[in-house]
Amino acid sequence: MATLDSKVPKGPLAEKWSKHKNDIKLVNPANKRNIDIIVVGTGLAGASASATLAELGYNVKTFCYQDSPRRAHSIAAQGGVNAAKNYQGDGDSVYRLFYDTIKGGDYRSREANVHRLAEVSTNIIDQCVAQGVPFAREYGGLLDNRSFGGVQVSRTFYAKGQTGQQLLLGAYSAMNRQIQRGKIKSYTRHEMMDLVLVDGKARGIIARDLVSGEIERHGAHAVVLATGGYGNVFFLSTYCMGANVMAAWRAHRRGAYFANPCFTQIHPTCIPVSGDHQSKLTLMSESLRNDGRIWVPKNLEDAKAIREGRLKPVQIAEEDRDYFLERRYPAFGNLVPRDVASRAAKERCDAGHGVNKTGEAVYLDFDSAIMRYGREKANTSGLKDADDKTVRALGEKIVEAKYGNLFQMYEKIADENPYKTPMKIYPAVHYAMGGLWVDYNLMTTIPGCYAAGEANFSDHGANRLGASALMQGLADGYFVLPYTIGDYLADDIQTGAIDTQSAEFDQAEKAVREKLERLMSGSGTHSVDYYHKKLGKIMWNKCGMSRNAKELQEAIDEIAALRKDFYKNVRIPGSADTKNQELEKAGRVADFLELGELFALDALNRNESCGGHFREECQTEDGEALRDDENYRYVAAWEFKGEPKDAVLHKEELVYENIELKTRSYK
Amino acid sequence: MKIHLKVWRQQNAQSKGYFESYDLDHIEPDMSFLEMLDVLNESLIDQGKEPVEFDHDCREGICGMCSMVINGKPHGPQKLTTTCQLHMRSFKDGDSITIEPFRAKAFPVIKDLIVDRSAFDRIQQSGGYISVNTSGRPVDANAIPIEKESADASFNAATCIGCGACVAACKNASAMLFTSAKVSQYALLPQGRVEANTRVLNMVKQMDLEGFGNCTNTGACEIECPKGISLENIARLNREYLGAVAKG
Amino acid sequence: MLSSSLLRKLVMALSGLFLITFLSLHLAINLASVFSVELYNEWSHFMGYNKIVQLIMQPILIAGVIVHFVMGFVLEIQNRAARGVQGYAVKGSGTNSSWISRNMIISGAVVLAFIGLHMYDFWLHEMEYKYVEQLPVDTERYYDFTVAKFATLGRTLIYSVSFVLLAMHLYHGFASSMQTIGLDNKYGKAIQAFAKIFSIAVPAGFIFIALFHHLNPLQ
Repeated sequence: MATLDSKVPKGPLAEKWSKHKNDIKLVNPANKRNIDIIVVGTGLAGASASATLAELGYNVKTFCYQDSPRRAHSIAAQGGVNAAKNYQGDGDSVYRLFYDTIKGGDYRSREANVHRLAEVSTNIIDQCVAQGVPFAREYGGLLDNRSFGGVQVSRTFYAKGQTGQQLLLGAYSAMNRQIQRGKIKSYTRHEMMDLVLVDGKARGIIARDLVSGEIERHGAHAVVLATGGYGNVFFLSTYCMGANVMAAWRAHRRGAYFANPCFTQIHPTCIPVSGDHQSKLTLMSESLRNDGRIWVPKNLEDAKAIREGRLKPVQIAEEDRDYFLERRYPAFGNLVPRDVASRAAKERCDAGHGVNKTGEAVYLDFDSAIMRYGREKANTSGLKDADDKTVRALGEKIVEAKYGNLFQMYEKIADENPYKTPMKIYPAVHYAMGGLWVDYNLMTTIPGCYAAGEANFSDHGANRLGASALMQGLADGYFVLPYTIGDYLADDIQTGAIDTQSAEFDQAEKAVREKLERLMSGSGTHSVDYYHKKLGKIMWNKCGMSRNAKELQEAIDEIAALRKDFYKNVRIPGSADTKNQELEKAGRVADFLELGELFALDALNRNESCGGHFREECQTEDGEALRDDENYRYVAAWEFKGEPKDAVLHKEELVYENIELKTRSYK
Repeated sequence: MKIHLKVWRQQNAQSKGYFESYDLDHIEPDMSFLEMLDVLNESLIDQGKEPVEFDHDCREGICGMCSMVINGKPHGPQKLTTTCQLHMRSFKDGDSITIEPFRAKAFPVIKDLIVDRSAFDRIQQSGGYISVNTSGRPVDANAIPIEKESADASFNAATCIGCGACVAACKNASAMLFTSAKVSQYALLPQGRVEANTRVLNMVKQMDLEGFGNCTNTGACEIECPKGISLENIARLNREYLGAVAKG
Repeated sequence: MLSSSLLRKLVMALSGLFLITFLSLHLAINLASVFSVELYNEWSHFMGYNKIVQLIMQPILIAGVIVHFVMGFVLEIQNRAARGVQGYAVKGSGTNSSWISRNMIISGAVVLAFIGLHMYDFWLHEMEYKYVEQLPVDTERYYDFTVAKFATLGRTLIYSVSFVLLAMHLYHGFASSMQTIGLDNKYGKAIQAFAKIFSIAVPAGFIFIALFHHLNPLQ
């Protein structure tokens, strides 16, 4: 078995990154002008990387499937971005951020990468402010912070409930500046269909113009994949509709190892599925768990009556409610990490206590918060004897000030007033910690092919902490990749422009055309969504919040069968040489149908419970996750061998020199 | 619910478009408007017909990808709501709904309900940024205190999602609300003042080049904006622009 | 034509504001006819024979009117083109903006037609009197001539209806011009309110004068 070289620099943890920057090769400015780089994806990682690379002098081409780079799904992040600025003077430090992230990830991430992430986190905030990102400020004019799940300091910077949009617009503006200078050429409504390798190195991509349907060749000295996560393999998720694994998967098929695919995050507070027509799930920010209490009816009879509409939640007496998080985890209560909260909710629903029509929802109740705040307000306003009604009105005002926009969004979607009746929530797929395997330089196992942001696997281990995704995307794009890529490109200053008329490009284009033809020639029994929904059901039921060997094996077989059926019977109207959204979807679903199988295989292989990956076989007596550090303290990196189930496992041992491995406990 | 749809169909930018009618049964009030269109498309595919193409992505009201004019209103009848956040409960059983693409010379139709909004990108490229190097070492984020009021006003302008509803709603297809929101975001921050003059001149120039109409202050844009971007920004843009012209 | 849409709009706003000041002056003089025959005649005579008024202000005013109307039509043509060939089948504009604000071209065109009539009624007569026929100076002739014009109901009605359209035009135009010159919001609300009151009060004043003279004909 080949060993994976993570290229982590030697030396003390805190000095690795500075030392590495001093050691790696540089490309002088005159030579950068002769080097082309392709960046696929324009979310936080892609936009920030392309802007910085262009600014350094490289010629950059960016690709996104949306109609503008600014629409990438980073835009939907609500909460905030972490940085170890310690502006609040509450004892935060680079080390603490590093430690929290490693621990939050259940000790399945790479120490050196995470430490580097914590180091550069402070630069992100400086950079964004200089770019004009309107972060929230205090009255003194300085930046405000708030606190997020799983940590004990206030290190989260935010811009109301739309930090992601503001950060992405910042990176997009930096891109625009380079587009105006002519250093970035932006291809919108384009999709990467394949990676082209010449002499074993990534030398370009085949892309499809989604408007004209034309197949295009683009050559470059390096290719950066910043294409996000693959959570849409579940069909229903909080991802955008177009999010896909295509670029990463095509790179995987060309030789890039895929790491830890089974590590996906299921976020506990999303608006539940309302019916079969559902196309997408909406997240309710983690911040709601600061004041909301999660419960289900204690009695199965009550739960049934609620499901059938015979009973209202407010009619259930206090003693008949089961505040299951507070019961199971008295120390952290409703604020346990995402993976723990999600599993606990599922457990209750599986036991028959679910509260919506399908039995897949629990309550998030603000009643006690409303009354508590209201009482406080009444006291401070000199209304010591206020009746409940007055107290409630006062409390609702305060809750509205804190969460008004979220409550409004909930009401828009669920058509229920969360001030009067508890919200219904259920876990939903939210983020992929797994992704393309990369070394310390963010290079995949294909020389010259890099992966940044959610598309790589490196920083979040088996579970990501809140407000860390934005941090990682920007860290990779602004501060890591632009340095490390030079080390590789230094050998390419003599190469000259990449010839896209070579045999390799011919072959890759031919393969893409054949694949499209194959998709268009299905017998036409079922639509693409039919298959995507079926795949999603398999994934959710058998590779979801809790997994076992038997069902994972079933999933592998079912997905393989579904894939076969898909190619045979999918129906795609229209033609391949025009705008054709069904064809676009089909290409993406085809890759999900392969990834899903590898996902299940990886989950089957990892016979331990850690972070978001919960194996029913591996739990303590009281149902908590049981990690196996002896046998599974490694990154599972899979090499493609024709069929997903034949993938070959390569292990990267995780070395913890600076942190002691402990069992996470929130009791 | 039963719904009668009249949908604009157009094969591509060159071809002539037309309305086609569809009847849908079993529409649930809890469906989002786009999910209703998903149902329509599934049935069209079943019949071997080409589905209706429309832009959409995040489906949570923030990416700005969804468009459409629903019964004469960009993003439909609900205030402060994008098409993807609109639900069928806003309609009644038996309603007729006409769906058209955004109409503007600067937003040519690509297919069916999809229009090309790259003009917005080009307006931003012409100056919608602050020229700081990302690879440089900027000063500490707290080195420049910013008055909370300005920071909040800047944020409010920055909430624009670039969907183009302002252009679609405006009888002149003017892009003033969009452009003004972008200019305002930077004009209100000290970091943005440095290049304020060239920025506003360049962005307005590009806006004109794209073929958008002249603002006549009807205020339709503000009413239809799903993010509630204020007309104040247009006044600010005018002020910034005239100031910049005066300075030469 | 001016290359920038914002400058075109500025020209529209400034010429409009200029015409508004002229309108105020015009109303003041006309109101004199209600209160005092002598005063009216005196002011009218001053306006008609003062060199500065006749040789400098009058051409500026005419230029202002021409600029405002030509630019108005230019903008309208450009704005229609910006919508593109295909318009909306269902028009929802009634729910997001006022009819008045959307149809400045209609109110403007009516006002333009009215100005034509008004010039024919008064200005042309003045030109003939002074320059074509070169009749002797008569400081008493203005009042009677004016009042006589409103003897017929038809003309009085045409004038009144035109003033209603003028009010509509001003109602949007005055406030809109403030926005176009980038009025600061601190005083914005007060100025906007003043603009709205002005837009109704001034045309109402003209209507009052027309009706007054119609109801009080020369003996």
